[in-house]
Amino acid sequence: MMEKRIRVLVAKPGLDGHDRGAKVVARALRDAGFEVIYTGLRQTPEQIAEAALQEDVNVVAMSILSGAHPHLFPKVVELVHEKGMKDVLIVGGGVIPESDIPALKKAGIAEVFTPGTSTGDIVDFIKAHVK
Amino acid sequence: MDIVKDLLNGSKLALSRTITAIENEYEEASSIMRELYPHTGHAFVLGITGPPGAGKSTMTDKLARAYRNMGKTVGIIAVDPTSPFSGGAILGDRIRMNSLTLDEGVFIRSMGTRGSLGGLSHKTADAVKALDAFGKDVIFVETVGVGQSEVDIVKAADTTMVVLIPGMGDDIQAIKAGILEIGDVFAINKADHDGADKLQAELNMMLDLDGEKLDWRPPIQKVIASQGEGINELVALIEKHYAHIGATGKLAQRRHDRTKTELLELLKASIGSYITKNIVKTGRLDNCLKDIEEHRNDPYTIVHQLMNELLKQ
Repeated sequence: MMEKRIRVLVAKPGLDGHDRGAKVVARALRDAGFEVIYTGLRQTPEQIAEAALQEDVNVVAMSILSGAHPHLFPKVVELVHEKGMKDVLIVGGGVIPESDIPALKKAGIAEVFTPGTSTGDIVDFIKAHVK
Repeated sequence: MDIVKDLLNGSKLALSRTITAIENEYEEASSIMRELYPHTGHAFVLGITGPPGAGKSTMTDKLARAYRNMGKTVGIIAVDPTSPFSGGAILGDRIRMNSLTLDEGVFIRSMGTRGSLGGLSHKTADAVKALDAFGKDVIFVETVGVGQSEVDIVKAADTTMVVLIPGMGDDIQAIKAGILEIGDVFAINKADHDGADKLQAELNMMLDLDGEKLDWRPPIQKVIASQGEGINELVALIEKHYAHIGATGKLAQRRHDRTKTELLELLKASIGSYITKNIVKTGRLDNCLKDIEEHRNDPYTIVHQLMNELLKQ
């Protein structure tokens, strides 16, 4: 049997056009041996959840720099679960105030990575928590 | 859950999980394929290949939409390269296909090549079968960006479209062996760029050299995929080719050849996994190696012995 390959959807929900961070993370995940599905800018939560379903990913990693995370992150969690994908690890990153993090975690975001996080930490977190 | 039953009843989750089982070679994959096989053979499989940056994904997006407008359901397998160093991959074909994501009649799956060198992954054919059994009318298989010799797509597709762009090289490129030999239909994308007419003339010259021995002269269509120009004409040519191979018996021949190739490959893979399980993992290979290195035996005698054992089982 072939070794299971971790598949990660890297998504940019919301309307900001800053995808440098997402691309750096995508590249780091690639170098860690993951298959990264990158879908580009300005994705709706519906598009992200549907892509996660069709690609059967183990992880959804979202990046937002616009401040819309309190609404968009929980919405993606809800839609992904609705599609029957209950075991997907969902993480977020971007410019996110510390004070918002507890609510996001309560909504099902497994971890939030703020500016300054090393990509190695993201890889390690995924490896440790992916189901 | 009964994954096969759910897939046949239209569950996208079951389809998605099936493709994962195929790709990762999970043990249940072969029994799933066995049950799905009787439900395959209905879809039209269109291969899309061409060099990196030619616009294959954009073309796939536009063609898929054209087929949706004709009332057909669409499956897409988009292959991108796996890193030979890390085993990871960036699968970015969906970027050009975002408008199809929420269309209920479209299912897109990205695959890494995972060590396969022919422009597809080893599991692409089985993934196509899963989409076929799911009921998709048309299945697009988009290869990695290819150079000259990655021609596995002809073995997987009913009709193969080669996408080219102007400015890739001189006219000798057009008469070299390789991907230019496999096109049933040619698309010259970015036809508003300099050199499109020249490329068309060179391709025409090359294709005319084969003119008399072929009953199908591959047509060339100029396209500006990003603006949708030439897409309807391209669809008409693709459909014309599909009708042609259907009428001349070539489709049946292609599918016959494909089944033969797949059967042989399945057999080889099965023998390969016997070797891994009974010879490599048991440590016998290492023992044999030691025998060879210490001059007690030679590779040819050992292979003969091992094959005899295998055949007795």
